[in-house]
Amino acid sequence: MAIEGVDIIRSAAFLGAGICMGLGAIGPGVGEGMAAAKACEAIGKNPKEAGLLTRTMLVGQAVTESTGIYSLVIALLLLFVV
Amino acid sequence: MTYDIATWVKVSAFIGSGLSMGFGAVGAAIGEGYTAAQANAALSRNPDSAGNIFKNMLVGQAVAESAAIFALVVAMILLFTEHRAETLSVYILISAGVCMGLGAIGSGIGAGYPAGEACFGISRQPAISDQLTTTMLIGSAVTQTSAIYALVTSLILLYADFFTRPFSPTWAAVIGAGLAAGLGAIGSGIGEGFVARAGCEGVARQPLSRAPVTNGMLLGMAVAETTAIYGLLIAVILLFKTFEPATSMAPCMALVAAGLCMGLGAVGPGIGEGFTGEGAVRWMARSPNEVAILTRSMLVGQAVSESTGIYSLVIALILIFVV
Repeated sequence: MAIEGVDIIRSAAFLGAGICMGLGAIGPGVGEGMAAAKACEAIGKNPKEAGLLTRTMLVGQAVTESTGIYSLVIALLLLFVV
Repeated sequence: MTYDIATWVKVSAFIGSGLSMGFGAVGAAIGEGYTAAQANAALSRNPDSAGNIFKNMLVGQAVAESAAIFALVVAMILLFTEHRAETLSVYILISAGVCMGLGAIGSGIGAGYPAGEACFGISRQPAISDQLTTTMLIGSAVTQTSAIYALVTSLILLYADFFTRPFSPTWAAVIGAGLAAGLGAIGSGIGEGFVARAGCEGVARQPLSRAPVTNGMLLGMAVAETTAIYGLLIAVILLFKTFEPATSMAPCMALVAAGLCMGLGAVGPGIGEGFTGEGAVRWMARSPNEVAILTRSMLVGQAVSESTGIYSLVIALILIFVV
């Protein structure tokens, strides 16, 4: 199996896409989980404020999600564009 | 330096068994250590219930040990059974070892948490010691499921016949499958352990709300399990899909990358959903009237945390089927 230059480049792109999305999914997963955990505890302490607490949780999680989206974009670029 | 293929197969079998038992011992040791630590704290709090606490600690540690036993079994199979002397065997043996080794980490750590919390709960409420042991066993048993997925994948790798398929890209498919199932089990195991810990703490705190707390615990653990199931799904697809013979490196790397992507991507959401379930279940015990809104909040929070796991699944499927 003779490996040509173009082939190695494609292989590296695929490997990069996989590693990028794989590692990139770890952080937002853990972080959004922690945010949701504290939100659930807060709702348990103060059920009347459930609406406000849920809204704040979702905004916080959206910001946390941003780096995961960056990883997704780079992975898709590596797969389909370069 | 060229050796014959039988030598390389032996080399890979030894490396695979070393990786399997090496990684596999890590998780169970951490989990059992946490259990022993909590048991000591419980004994100092309430020396009179020493008998029940000690018994509970040993039972809980036995369940956490089971993940390491799976890794030991795979290591023994790799060392002492005959393997076919072909190039593909090299990749199969290493992949099986890595898969079971990594897969045992999460479940070992995770099963230690409910065991420790149950011991502490017995010191608080000695009268319900049997109920606490039951809740602990339910929690730790579900935590072991991700290690079982890794064990199933390892056994399929070792005993299914891959030799009728073209060498390339099957070598990449087996490596990818091992990574997907092995890495994918880590996050779920740890996360479900967190949820089970909160379940045992809740039952100890409020024995009358045992039913809603146990239900909430099982629901939270089920959602945390989903990313391990994605890992198993990608592994099964890689193992059983028929690929066309690949003449270049790129399709092979795509399959390895798919396994790596789903495996790593399952770690974060598994742990995060575990945190979420832990917070929700802890408060389900303290406010039994608010179980409905707590369940809703837990599910919404876990769904957002799941999102990056879904992205990893999509990229892995694209790598397998589209490129």
